[in-house]
Amino acid sequence: MKFAVPVFPGSNCDHDMVNALRDVLKMEADLVAASTTTLDGYDAVILPGGFSYGDYLRSGAIARFAPVMDAVKAFANAGKPVMGICNGFQILTEAGLLPGALQANRSSKFICKTSDLVVKNNQTRFSSAYAAQAHIQLPIAHGEGNYYCDAATLADLKAHHQIVFEYVDNPNGSTANIAGIINRAGNVLGMMPHPERAVETILGSTDGLGIFESLITSQKEATHA
Amino acid sequence: MLKQTELTPTQLRDSKAYREWGLTDAEYQLLTDDVLGRLPNYTEAGLFSGMWSEHCSYKNSKPVLKKFWTQGEQVLEGPGEGAGIIDIGDGQAVVFKAESHNHPSAVEPYEGAATGVGGIIRDIFSMGARPIALLDSLRFGEPNDAHTKYLISQVVAGIGGYGNCIGIPTIGGDTVFDASYQKNPLVNAMCVGILNQKDIQKGQATGIGNSVIYVGAKTGRDGINGASFASAEFNDQKDTQRSAVQVGDPFMEKLLMEACLEVIHDHRDVLIGIQDMGAAGLVSSSAEMASKAGSGLELNLDLVPQRETGMTPFELMLSESQERMLLCVKAGAEAEIYQVFEKYGLDAVTIGKVTAGHQYQLFHHGKLVADVPVDALATKAPVYQREKKRPTRLNQQSHHQFMPRIVDATGTLKKMLQQPTIASKKSLYETYDSQVQTNTVVKPGSDAGVIRIRHTDKALAVTTDVNGRYLYLNPRVGGEIAVAEAARNIVASGGLPLGITDCLNYGNPEKPEQFYDLDESAMGIARACQLFNTPVISGNVSLNNESNGEAIYPTPMIGMVGLIKHQKDITTQDFKHAGDAVYVLGDTGADFNGSELQKMLTGTIAGELFDFDLVTENQNQRLLLRAIQKGLVASAHDVSEGGLITTIAESCFGNGFGVALKSSLPAAEFFAETQSRFVISVTPENRANFESLMEPYATYLGQTTADDRLFVQTGDQNFDLPVSFAKQLWEGALPCLLK
Repeated sequence: MKFAVPVFPGSNCDHDMVNALRDVLKMEADLVAASTTTLDGYDAVILPGGFSYGDYLRSGAIARFAPVMDAVKAFANAGKPVMGICNGFQILTEAGLLPGALQANRSSKFICKTSDLVVKNNQTRFSSAYAAQAHIQLPIAHGEGNYYCDAATLADLKAHHQIVFEYVDNPNGSTANIAGIINRAGNVLGMMPHPERAVETILGSTDGLGIFESLITSQKEATHA
Repeated sequence: MLKQTELTPTQLRDSKAYREWGLTDAEYQLLTDDVLGRLPNYTEAGLFSGMWSEHCSYKNSKPVLKKFWTQGEQVLEGPGEGAGIIDIGDGQAVVFKAESHNHPSAVEPYEGAATGVGGIIRDIFSMGARPIALLDSLRFGEPNDAHTKYLISQVVAGIGGYGNCIGIPTIGGDTVFDASYQKNPLVNAMCVGILNQKDIQKGQATGIGNSVIYVGAKTGRDGINGASFASAEFNDQKDTQRSAVQVGDPFMEKLLMEACLEVIHDHRDVLIGIQDMGAAGLVSSSAEMASKAGSGLELNLDLVPQRETGMTPFELMLSESQERMLLCVKAGAEAEIYQVFEKYGLDAVTIGKVTAGHQYQLFHHGKLVADVPVDALATKAPVYQREKKRPTRLNQQSHHQFMPRIVDATGTLKKMLQQPTIASKKSLYETYDSQVQTNTVVKPGSDAGVIRIRHTDKALAVTTDVNGRYLYLNPRVGGEIAVAEAARNIVASGGLPLGITDCLNYGNPEKPEQFYDLDESAMGIARACQLFNTPVISGNVSLNNESNGEAIYPTPMIGMVGLIKHQKDITTQDFKHAGDAVYVLGDTGADFNGSELQKMLTGTIAGELFDFDLVTENQNQRLLLRAIQKGLVASAHDVSEGGLITTIAESCFGNGFGVALKSSLPAAEFFAETQSRFVISVTPENRANFESLMEPYATYLGQTTADDRLFVQTGDQNFDLPVSFAKQLWEGALPCLLK
């Protein structure tokens, strides 16, 4: 399976993602420039964390205009898997690929710590490796991770089981404790916690592996089908 | 102050306006009579005021810095370049340096702290290294007035704002509160990088005709002559000096870092030298590069990318606008370099060239506006051997140790855990991204931060330390202890200390009593470094940390890096299982002068500092490291401020284990700050081997338990309270104080 990791100016978790994919999961992974206009040849795209374009405006607000985002939209519209982690999640909401928005944390401070999460929906191609309602621990590191959506959108997310991860101890004020959501079609996931930081025992947790393993399994099944 | 029209050379001489820039009459005289043989013009005098400031020339501290031990077979690059370099084997090396940004942070805490971080990062990547860790050592006044709280929140936000955005983990540091720093906070930032030895760069400009290329952010009127500002004392009349403070842009620096590392790795055949534009900006970087190489240099200032119009040569040369670098590149290869920077959307402009001879020449609007010997700028600043006098405060010290009377051991511990300096700093360090780059094995809150070195079995332990109270009571021994405690932190993490960097934060060296503190503590540091085989490889000096004539405690921040040869040796301070044996390594005495307990009970520190023996310290450290390397240690935590009981409590907090311990020491001595000690836990199966190795230096205290109870039976009374409650007090104190 071959992954593309778009690099926006200011991305800073791009190498972490590629290292996790290559060194730990033994997958093929390429860093692709924000100026790239096609993602042909890739099986999945992961938008990494960081501060794209400095995030001096709203997080992700400028990145969504990068040429690679047209390619990401086309890739998503073709039903292929797209994942956005942290700043990647912010970019996906700014680009309209996921509903809602990410605001400044309730504390108005950046927060870096381990967060307890519940896997609310393990029937997605990003979460099938986890048990139903599994409790996992993943690191968070963000200043604007406070997920917001209006009541109608929330009802919609719930109705279609689009809430994939929930915080146990809501660290940032997110609506309905939301830590990660999926689009209606089930091929675009956005989440604030960093699974790529939790794939090696030496770094404190391997709870993030499930997300990548789910994706790899679903891809294998799709190829065999 | 910058709007004044430029004075003519004679007006400058007669008005003595150069004094405003920190040049003394004697230095001006030296410039006219010896260096130039004529009157300097406005621009030239400005160049010298920046280059001859303490910040750039170390004119007051050079005789002191010479005392440092900088040798050692592991040293690849000692003091003098942007940062020092130490060999860690396998063709790799670690690069590190610390820098103070005290004065800017006092005036504009967010930007002052942020640009302190930005500056030290540039020092690291200009050596060819990728920055892998940041630490910050902070000193504030007691957090009980609005201004101090404002300083704390803004400094912390500035550090996080820069480090988080650029994507370098902040993995450690230390924060201490004492009234001594009320008006003069200390903000010291340290950066650690790693490189392949073949990529080591030097800041030099050689080869006549080679190009000097300016890269990065445009130059504006920010931080003009900041080096001179940083080298002056504060007073209430001159409280607002905001134009001397710079503004940081971490996004710009991220691009600049990636572009410079790409040039270093992929265009090494045409890159001659690279240097950060730090203090005294363009003049400092260019003059140093030329002087080091024995070259001359000419710059055309019209070509310097400018953010504002109408900037004068003085402003262009002395601006401390951030995120700028200077490269020396082979003539003809400029386009190749431009291309790299263009890819990142950055300015890269050839602004001058290396010339024959040794003159430093600046052109502006077609006119020669400065023409001075380059070495005079970079290396010929006067050096002052300052007068040294033993301070009155030391002559008046009581020879007796403070004898605390503890009537309620548990109550005293509860109070101790809530002292700002002892209390958990979690609410501060949780705002720093400590995990980006996915190499952080031990996160902030432990004795040292630990970073693994990818694709090897090695790791690096890093820490910052100094207890200014000890130095205030005895500068020489306090200096020894600062290095010893840093080494203790490294060893407790499983590392072998490799070397240090320092920020020497002191008062005005022209006062003999202040100079005594600086000189004596340097001797203490030097002696300890030699004994621990931890050479000083880089550092920075920050003098004149005074407000209204009152100096801060002598505070030489020690930043130390250690090598953990095998990742299995990485050790943390938290107890790991119930039923493990708990030991204290090292003897405990009634050592209370300068202690947190003395401060807490009497409101001040006083008396002669307790005894300290470097040889015992070294022996205990070596013993622990051997035990760790033999796999006998479950946890290790160095005993420092707050004494043995505080250390035990902290070891309980991480995983929530309790302890049931017994000791013949009186309860009071559980707060003593005798040095050279560790609290160690050992699994039952390793006890026999551990004891035979440690005999007779470690004392068995009891066991860890699965109960939520910290219980210690001492010679007179018991410490007895729930671990969860103690932890709540310890974690809750600082957020509550800072509200």
